[in-house]
Amino acid sequence: MLIQQLVNGLTLGAVYTLLALSFSLVMGILGILNLAIAELFMIGGYLGFTLIQAGFPLPVAVLAGMTGAAVIAIVIEKVGYQPLRDAPLVTPMLSTLGFSIILQNIATNIWGSDPLQLPIYGDQYTLGPVNIGEMQLLVLGATVVLVALVAYIVQKTPMGRALRAVAENREVARILGVSADRLTMLAFILSGSLAGVAGVLIALHYGAITPYLGVEIGLKAIAVMVIGGTRQIWGALVAGPLIGIAEVLTVAYGGSQVRDFVVYGFMILILLLRPQGLLGGARSDQGQRV
Amino acid sequence: MSTPLLQLTGVTKTFGGIHALSGMVCEVPEGKIVGVIGPNGAGKTTLFNTITGAYRADAGEVKLKGVDVTQWPSYRIVREGIARTFQNIRLFGSMTVWEHLLVAQPHSESAWRRLLPIAWANPAAQERAEEVMAFFGLTELRDRPAKSLPYGIQRKVEMARAVTARPKLLLLDEPVAGMNHDEAEEIRSLMIRLRDTGLTILLIEHDMNFVMRLCDYLYVLDFGVLIAEGKPEEVRANPVVLDAYLGKDD
Repeated sequence: MLIQQLVNGLTLGAVYTLLALSFSLVMGILGILNLAIAELFMIGGYLGFTLIQAGFPLPVAVLAGMTGAAVIAIVIEKVGYQPLRDAPLVTPMLSTLGFSIILQNIATNIWGSDPLQLPIYGDQYTLGPVNIGEMQLLVLGATVVLVALVAYIVQKTPMGRALRAVAENREVARILGVSADRLTMLAFILSGSLAGVAGVLIALHYGAITPYLGVEIGLKAIAVMVIGGTRQIWGALVAGPLIGIAEVLTVAYGGSQVRDFVVYGFMILILLLRPQGLLGGARSDQGQRV
Repeated sequence: MSTPLLQLTGVTKTFGGIHALSGMVCEVPEGKIVGVIGPNGAGKTTLFNTITGAYRADAGEVKLKGVDVTQWPSYRIVREGIARTFQNIRLFGSMTVWEHLLVAQPHSESAWRRLLPIAWANPAAQERAEEVMAFFGLTELRDRPAKSLPYGIQRKVEMARAVTARPKLLLLDEPVAGMNHDEAEEIRSLMIRLRDTGLTILLIEHDMNFVMRLCDYLYVLDFGVLIAEGKPEEVRANPVVLDAYLGKDD
């Protein structure tokens, strides 16, 4: 059932790609790892899940997950990042760690720590030996569209150019009259929205969600970001499926107990051997270039 | 006499007890090219950083068109019409020449339009960028990554970027450093053409011959202190200047 595993791995990998982009949007501009992104992903998932349970159509659920996560991202920026932006880089990162634990706690209190279940969303198609769900196709399609959209915004629009200017040299960007603070907020919003969408998609794909979704899946996207390289949008597009497939194959042929060992082991290997990521670009262990 | 575009009175900046600038007094009248010269470490770059608000003056006043901007944040001073270049060129590695001229025109389109390609988002910015590219002779290099260009051209790109937002005052930090004679001459004629369009220029320079043949007025700094000022021919003849600077350097 190798092909089936590859399809499943690709779906999981697509979600990793979205989340890795979400991490790297903030990382590339501010040089900080917003650990709470993993929990924004989880909360987005719960919001979408709850709305589907209540009978709302899929687009509404996706939009709600996206908006909810973006709003929390704004709060994190205002409370957890802005007051600390002149502190050493590790300080705001610690504050996002605080936020992520609080968010997990809130989710546990609202939705309980037991998994919520839904019947698998959408139809199932059989193509020869492979089963593929409507939701899986949707995850893959949405990922391609969203990655292209982010690439377009960053590369082609005035907003993206300003973001790149701030990411590369805040001081020069300011001297040109670019409002670095506004763009920081924007990066948080974009990043939160992506995480929210990814959360809704994966929760519906699995038909189940727990408050530990962020820790189990969300944090793995950090590994994907490192492997793909923080400054390369296309890096995440390669590294996501790579890790997704590696993980699914490990589970299928090696056992689920070594799954995380493989993913995070690969991340450490990349940090040691090729810190700029598979596709090159800037080193992911160095945030801002000055 | 009309109010000078830029006026500094008693501007002082210290770093850990060292006076990088002490009691700096100068005036930059509109439509002129004014030079600040002095040996390395004389406080010239500190002067620029204080004018643009990157450093806060410990004492004294910086006035732009008669308005005290000493305590203003950097971005407000910039929007009031001051642009600058850097001694070590600071271009963006991910951008082409063309993109540098677009990113230098922020806030000129509405928020939602910023998500459209430039041709729809802001045709005026696009036109301005074309105009500046032509002025600086960069049109053929439009889509080249700016950092891949020869050093002398990178300097021009940085100047073009600074000029794009139509500043009133342009601060140039050693604009011909590391250039050969022909390249420097080209920059000189560009600066004169820029002045003729109504732009006021304040430049820091090391190369005495270059400023002598370019500036309308000169200030000479040494160890953060203003030691002389005047028209180029006056400064050239000033024994204090000869002692402090010319004698040592040339």
